[in-house]
Amino acid sequence: MIDLADTATPAAAIMNEPPYDELVLEARNVDFFYGKNQALFGVDLPVRRNAITALIGPSGCGKSTLLRVLNRIYALYPGQRAVGRVVLDGEDVLHEQRRLPWLRKRVSMVMETQTGADPIEEEQVLRVGTDLARLRARVGMVFQKPTPFPMSIYDNIAFGVRIYHRKSKAEMDEIVETALRRAALWDEVKDKLHSPGLGLSGGQQQRLCVARGIAVEPEVLLLDEPASALDPISTAKLEETLVELKKDFTVVIVTHNLQQAARIADYTGFMFLGRMIEFGPTNDLFLQPKSDKTRDYVTGRFG
Amino acid sequence: MLGRDFLRNLVNRLFITACLLATVAAITALVFILWSLVVQGIGGIDLDVFTKDTPPPGSEGGLLNAMVGSLMMCAMAMAIAIIVGILAGTWLAEYGGHTRYGAVVRFLNDVLLSAPSILVGLFVYELLVRPFEGFSGYAGAVALAFLATPIVTRTTEDILNLQSHALREAGIALGTPKWLVTRKIIWRAAGAGLLTGGLLGFARISGETAPLLFTALNNQFFSADMTKPMASLPAVIFQFALSAYDDWRRLAWAGALIIAVVVLSINIIVRFIAREKKHA
Ligand SMILES: Nc1ncnc2c1ncn2[C@@H]1O[C@H](COP(=O)(O)OP(=O)(O)OP(=O)(O)O)[C@@H](O)[C@H]1O
Ligand SMILES: [Mg+2]
Repeated sequence: MIDLADTATPAAAIMNEPPYDELVLEARNVDFFYGKNQALFGVDLPVRRNAITALIGPSGCGKSTLLRVLNRIYALYPGQRAVGRVVLDGEDVLHEQRRLPWLRKRVSMVMETQTGADPIEEEQVLRVGTDLARLRARVGMVFQKPTPFPMSIYDNIAFGVRIYHRKSKAEMDEIVETALRRAALWDEVKDKLHSPGLGLSGGQQQRLCVARGIAVEPEVLLLDEPASALDPISTAKLEETLVELKKDFTVVIVTHNLQQAARIADYTGFMFLGRMIEFGPTNDLFLQPKSDKTRDYVTGRFG
Repeated sequence: MLGRDFLRNLVNRLFITACLLATVAAITALVFILWSLVVQGIGGIDLDVFTKDTPPPGSEGGLLNAMVGSLMMCAMAMAIAIIVGILAGTWLAEYGGHTRYGAVVRFLNDVLLSAPSILVGLFVYELLVRPFEGFSGYAGAVALAFLATPIVTRTTEDILNLQSHALREAGIALGTPKWLVTRKIIWRAAGAGLLTGGLLGFARISGETAPLLFTALNNQFFSADMTKPMASLPAVIFQFALSAYDDWRRLAWAGALIIAVVVLSINIIVRFIAREKKHA
């Protein structure tokens, strides 16, 4: 058995038939640093469109860190830094400065043609102006603890939509309803849309956060242990929701619950001590793991 | 062995007794102050206090002009303090707080927080009274604003720092620009706390005398013109309490009771808000 953590040059991850067709998002050789502490070592993660990709691994192995790289939420904190490439639809999003000329071109094109461009794009570029915010609108995130905004259920969902689009009342009503239906929450809240989101139960709050995340139509939805604070029934509902969402979105989920990964994920990555040890179709990873570490973990021998 | 235990017990009891005595002393003083305020002040409170202006000695009158002056100056001071304080506190908590410049701003704010109010009065005197050759309600309001702003700044920063990272990140993760997250999510989540800061600032300035004596001075007559000298409760109390006339002294006590009731109510409201927040 080789101990990957101790080798000076990390062995490449075992990539079982990675889904290289149809990738929407891809991390390539990503190192991550919390100040001087390195938390990720050359991590690769291919994310296939319209699939659920799960990340598993023992506590502290860097699953949350990897998610936080994918939508660059870490950039809020000075001192945190990522090296490598994160490619979203063919664009490297880790190095925004390279994209500035692209953005300028886009703006001037919109200005010149007036009508030539899709009006939503125009709004996005002009109103928000920073491509970091735009990136985050394309890669949504749901956190471990539900985080409803201090406003009504309706406004929780409308909030994100309003930032990028001007909608009529009727259109917004429809967007809110669709998002709540997709998150399997509509029936429970349709009569109290204007009461505070904080008044819902924990499980409902979490589904509200999912609804809020998908209302802005991101390409990828990242979820960090979304079910860890939920009871089994809420968890089952959330899982159903995710499988349903797969038709329109791409989902990356961090979970400590191996059964959950086995149930819903199409692809699974196993991480250990900041490295991607093995990645592949969920069945292969659970039934025929190529790495001893993976086998020990999925059979419950450590972690 | 026994000796050491005995000694330890004795020290313990002495200490507890000392604490108890100190508490009793503090409470007694407070009760005595409130009690004499009520006893001396309640007799002077009648409808006239709220409907008539300050009288010359020996005639009927009330505190209307002083109350209106206090309200106007406090309201204007709070408008300034809330705008400046919330913006400054937000900047410290959300944007520049960790920079060196942020540390300097925070330090200066703390200095202002504990600055003697008479100094603030003198400063505003040099700033607004001397150059414009006259005492004015505006100068009074500015002096009070100098006292209330650091309180609002400080509470704003503290309250915003209490808001969870998760909530900020959730806003950011939707693609919301940071200033919108601050404005629409964090301020709203911190609403009760921000209100508390404002109320504490108001409670602080509503009894201030020294800065007003140098700035708004006083006015025997009713005046709502802030460019002119203006009456205020604390200044009237100061003048009347030191006078030799019984009816003036009665009005001073009544004014003191009114201020005490206002400040006390504000503190109770603040408590109430804090409790509500915890339960929510
Ligand atoms: N803000 C931080 N500052 C410094 N180090 C951090 C920070 N957050 C995480 N780390 C470190 O980075 C490593 C990876 O942490 P991460 O949170 O990504 O693990 P995880 O796989 O999500 O664990 P868990 O399953 O417990 O959530 C850990 O060693 C952790 O100590
Ligand atoms: Mg984690």
